[in-house]
Amino acid sequence: MNLDPMPATVAPVTCRANAAGLVMARQAGGRRMPDRSGIKAEAGTEQATRAATDTGAQTAWMIAVRDRRDRAAFARLFDFYAPRLKAVAMRSGASAAEAEDIVQDVMLSVWQNAHQFDAARAPVAGWIYRIARNRQIDLARRKRRPEPEELTVEVDPSPDSDQILGLEQEAAALRNALARLKPEQRQMIERAYLGELTHVEIRDTTGLPLGTIKARIRLGMDRLRHELQGLRRK
Amino acid sequence: MNEIRHHVPDPMMRDYATGALDYPFGLVVASHVSLCDECRARLHSQEALGGAALEEAAAADLSSGLRAAVLSRLDAAPPAPAAPPRRSGIYPGPLVEALKGAPPRWKSLGLGVRQCILHAGAEGSVRLLHIPAGQAVPEHGHNGIELTLVLQGSFVDETDRFGVGDLEVADNDLTHVPVAGPGAPCICLAATDAPLRFKGLMPRLTQRLFRI
Repeated sequence: MNLDPMPATVAPVTCRANAAGLVMARQAGGRRMPDRSGIKAEAGTEQATRAATDTGAQTAWMIAVRDRRDRAAFARLFDFYAPRLKAVAMRSGASAAEAEDIVQDVMLSVWQNAHQFDAARAPVAGWIYRIARNRQIDLARRKRRPEPEELTVEVDPSPDSDQILGLEQEAAALRNALARLKPEQRQMIERAYLGELTHVEIRDTTGLPLGTIKARIRLGMDRLRHELQGLRRK
Repeated sequence: MNEIRHHVPDPMMRDYATGALDYPFGLVVASHVSLCDECRARLHSQEALGGAALEEAAAADLSSGLRAAVLSRLDAAPPAPAAPPRRSGIYPGPLVEALKGAPPRWKSLGLGVRQCILHAGAEGSVRLLHIPAGQAVPEHGHNGIELTLVLQGSFVDETDRFGVGDLEVADNDLTHVPVAGPGAPCICLAATDAPLRFKGLMPRLTQRLFRI
């Protein structure tokens, strides 16, 4: 068993919410949702299971928000992300009140921009991460960050559930790889991705775990690229 | 379209994803990603790692009223902002936005070379360059990093050939003479985080006049 150096705080609602989220999504128009029974608990720990179920539930919630403007599903996403978004904002120097303003802006953007969410292209966490970073850039800089144009293909209303599952597994594996890092490596990643808007040198001096993350990113990249090529051929 | 062979380097893609890139480089990266599926996938992967870090972050306690306040504002939430612009001709969406939907207003630099400055500030500058086929850009080095994204035509320098969608990253060590390829004029998006250094006297004088 791997030692998790900094156990993540899990909102107490998570387990209950997972089941509810999946049931909600399954009831939504009978769309086949990914079967999660085959997910390998890669780290062999509670952490791995938690990451996998979190990711799956979040996808279901986000699809429910996008397709049915489901407030209960949105509230689940809020319960998971709002406390984390607040902590991240406060680490960058925001006061508690300012951080809650940021949380409010980001979560309302999630609701407003839900139509842009495509479960086959981005995990929920990565999609919300982009929104949160854009908010931080808006606050810190005079000019907005230029964003890539959207793909001209429309969001597929019923994407292949294997595609979604593949992406979810990838995202859960990334999260597990992150949880297994040594504290100093993990702090480096947190500073680079969640800290202030400055370049952080990521040194790979301590070997394997960081290498695993890089390999994961590359794997995810290959998968996403093939998918995008497939979309363009349609 | 030719295959894109020169991409955004990994650390720069991470800096774009985390918001560490200033506007000039950010505009070039967003433009390249608009043209390049591989880099779009790499960007999504970087954001997936950012998302994983967010999921693993410690949680802070919320004030008691926040959840209800946000939920009560869902109906009143303003409509989603207009979709970002789509590409227009050779210009990808982010550039169309930077040009405010109008065609570039070119200024001559002599010898048929033209430029259109999109932004110049303390953090660097970004501009469009229009170089006639076969024309060389004066030999120059860089104090910082120069990014050049080809939008039309091609250019060749000491390092390689760069076609549409290719991104060249030139740093301190490279003093180069880019030459536009045959055929259509070469149109590039070029950004620097410091002024360029030209070798001849004349270009150095014009450098002040033209802010390149």
